[in-house]
Amino acid sequence: MKLKNLMLMTTATALAAPAAMAQDMADSMTLVSWGGAYQTSQVRAYSDPYTAMNPDVEIVWDESSPEAVARLRAMEEAGNITWDLVDVVGADAIRLCDEGLAMEVDHDEILAPAPDGTSASDDFGDLIVSDCFIPQIVYSTTAAYRTGVEAWEGRTPESICAIFDTENFPGTRTLERRPINNMEWALLCDGVAMEDLYDVLETEEGIDRAFAMLDTIKEDTIWWSAAAEPPQLLADGEAVIGTSYNGRWFSAIEEQDQPIAMLWDAQVFDLDGWIIPEGLPEERLNRVLDFVSFATDTQRLADQAAYISYGPARASSAPLVGNHADLGIPMGPHMPTDPANSERTILFNYEWWADYRDDLDARFQAWLAR
Amino acid sequence: MTDAATGNIGRAAADARRAEAEQTGPVMAADGRPLKQSLNRALRAQKLRALALIAPLLLFLLVTFVAPIFDMLFRSVENQITSETLPRTVVALEDWDAQDLPSQDTFAALAYDFMEAAERRIHTRLGSRLNYETTGISSTFRRSGRGIDDLGETQAEQFIDLNPQWEDPAAWVALMAAPDWIAAQADWAARADAADAADRPFDEAEPAFRLAGGIAATLPETADAYRSFATTIQQEDEDSPTAEEPWNTVYLALYRDLLRQPAATIAAYDGPQAALVQEAAGVAAGFEATDLPAFFIDMDDGWGDLKTWETIQTFSDPYTAGYFLAALDLQLTPQGIEMQPEEQQIYLMLFWRTIVLSLTIMGLCVLLGYPIAYLLSNLPMRTSNLLLILVLLPFWTSLLVRTSAWKVLLQQQGVINDTLVWLGLVADDARLALINNQVGTVIAMTHILLPFMILPLYSVMKTIPPSYVRAAKSLGATNSTAFWRVYFPQSVPGIGAGCILVFILSIGYYITPELVGGRTGIFISNRIAFHISDSLNWGLAAALGSILLILVLALYWLYDRLVGIDNVKLG
Repeated sequence: MKLKNLMLMTTATALAAPAAMAQDMADSMTLVSWGGAYQTSQVRAYSDPYTAMNPDVEIVWDESSPEAVARLRAMEEAGNITWDLVDVVGADAIRLCDEGLAMEVDHDEILAPAPDGTSASDDFGDLIVSDCFIPQIVYSTTAAYRTGVEAWEGRTPESICAIFDTENFPGTRTLERRPINNMEWALLCDGVAMEDLYDVLETEEGIDRAFAMLDTIKEDTIWWSAAAEPPQLLADGEAVIGTSYNGRWFSAIEEQDQPIAMLWDAQVFDLDGWIIPEGLPEERLNRVLDFVSFATDTQRLADQAAYISYGPARASSAPLVGNHADLGIPMGPHMPTDPANSERTILFNYEWWADYRDDLDARFQAWLAR
Repeated sequence: MTDAATGNIGRAAADARRAEAEQTGPVMAADGRPLKQSLNRALRAQKLRALALIAPLLLFLLVTFVAPIFDMLFRSVENQITSETLPRTVVALEDWDAQDLPSQDTFAALAYDFMEAAERRIHTRLGSRLNYETTGISSTFRRSGRGIDDLGETQAEQFIDLNPQWEDPAAWVALMAAPDWIAAQADWAARADAADAADRPFDEAEPAFRLAGGIAATLPETADAYRSFATTIQQEDEDSPTAEEPWNTVYLALYRDLLRQPAATIAAYDGPQAALVQEAAGVAAGFEATDLPAFFIDMDDGWGDLKTWETIQTFSDPYTAGYFLAALDLQLTPQGIEMQPEEQQIYLMLFWRTIVLSLTIMGLCVLLGYPIAYLLSNLPMRTSNLLLILVLLPFWTSLLVRTSAWKVLLQQQGVINDTLVWLGLVADDARLALINNQVGTVIAMTHILLPFMILPLYSVMKTIPPSYVRAAKSLGATNSTAFWRVYFPQSVPGIGAGCILVFILSIGYYITPELVGGRTGIFISNRIAFHISDSLNWGLAAALGSILLILVLALYWLYDRLVGIDNVKLG
């Protein structure tokens, strides 16, 4: 019976494949992303070539990714999904999948294989953190410091723990106003081994230890909520060391020539990618699948790296990464995944934070307010 | 004395009129109806016309403003999700005493509920909901959703080994479905085939599954589990029970029924497939059993933790006070209401801070706005118009731009600090911290809200005749007496209006504190925004919002009692 089913299914798929080509596709599509330099990189690497191939298709860009989860939930309740493809971080993809707001996809079926024939799911590997998630880039939250700070008397930070070292590296710090990442770094600099971080953080003593460590810099820190703030603060000299996304640092350092240097140590890898909202009408879904298969193929992901310093999510794209489109500098050394930059990294633990986020966030905010 | 006298006279006059009316009858209008009635009718028509005129706006406000607000606020108590996702478990847990792990039966109920929830993909939603109360439930639910398919596989295999008919969807339908459903379904299938053959589109849904009448008495759990299976695949996947093998949990239910139902009941069953059922009943006792608690705990340790079960039990009611309690730093435990652990208390402090800072901002606005409004109202028209434009100018500038401008001005390497250092008032290594704290919030918000104070003050002061102050002075009052005794009391309604506007606007402010408030200068609205868009805990956000609304109404009432709302003038 089961074998028969399988054979029937295979035949059906084989028969359906040519039929799929002729399917009706909607001629407009709303893509949702983060705005700014990142969205520009997507427009130039994905949607411009796509509209060149399909001149009839109108692509509308929306910049609502920061509140995508809440908006999709509201859309589902209203019964009117107006978005076709949404760019979200890995943690949000998991939540959207959990809530049934994103469509589960079969990566091998809808995405193109690598040029050498490796299946999409093998090419993306572990980066497929949820059944709904189609990865695009690897980015990292990492530290950077202002160069030539007089009070440092020529010392330069070499590890993330410089953030907690107010003696050798005095000055204002800037960290994100949430527990994620900060708790990990605090424990790491308190002497916890990288692989034990989450085990320790799960215990009451571990949380207390992390807060005690953060206490030592609480008064010296500006707590940011928008990732554009830290590069600005460092450029203005308001802060001397801080954390933000590596792409933000890249544009401050390379494009705006600010006296800032990267400190890749213990960067936290995170992912960003597409989700397809659940419940799209067939015509729109067909269009989205057609686009997504194009926009996440090996060449397109490598192309994106020419506009922004985020690493392509496919293993097969890495060798194809070239120079920056406008500056002409090689992008390889600016990728978070570059071996020289990723000597010591933390992989953001999605599952753990999905559980502990609410609890720790309440404690973190209460701690901040005290 | 005089009051009483007037009252008496008035009453006497009324009595006289009434007596007169009784004698002469009611006054008639031209058309012969009583004048009073006729007047009322004319007034009613007028009122209706007025109502009809404002009806579009009223309707618009109701639909787009009032209704969504109430819908949102209703979420603060709504909690149907537990009883909708795990209906059988909730019932089974009603009498659970929270001493030991629940019984096998409760675990079985959970198995049936969870299988359906996982197929409908709603189990993780409940997981996130319960995770607000007990950390860790989210992943317990997510992991269990992956493993639940396998529960009952042992039983399914044994039934199928016994008789391959148990694998046949048609045999199950014959056993479980109502005869009229089987007929209706066959009819539907025939029409679908005919449409298919004629290449016509056919989008009629399959008739909704109905259970056979007698089967629930013989095999209660199986009937329940099968109905859950049939309706779920019909609704979720548009599959037909006639073509799908039941879930493994249905076999688990069958196994449990055959063991637990009295032998006589099974033997007495003479409906369709009686032979099949009785054959299985004879040998089911020898089947390999599954330890349900062990299976669940193996999927995720959370099921072995009493806290998980307590949370499900505590939050099983369709309405909950849990969100409101959380918004007040309290928590609902099986033992009753308790304070949150001290390191998690935050909301009461934030409410208090929001009120104190809003009052500070309001006070500063009065202090700064009053002289400006006074100046505006006393200058010649041409100059005052120019100044008024300056007051209004910030209104036409984006809020974000104004806030960012404050950042440039106030930061430690900013314009103000640089100037102070240059003047030598402040040492270079002791620059003032004017931003990313409460000072920053107060400065930026006072600036942003100042026009809301100046405008009502100005429009009230404009109506105060200058001759009053002149008259006071001509009668010998000093400048300050003339101001405080004559001018100021007349401007109080403007202060009242400005204060209400500024205070209510500032208590709900969000973006400015977020940008310049740093660690100590954020408001309660920042947490509400966080729960709406980040943590997705809309229930808690709604509860916080409701409390804020109640707080504003309470302060408004207090204001009315102290100052009197009639004394507020906007112009």
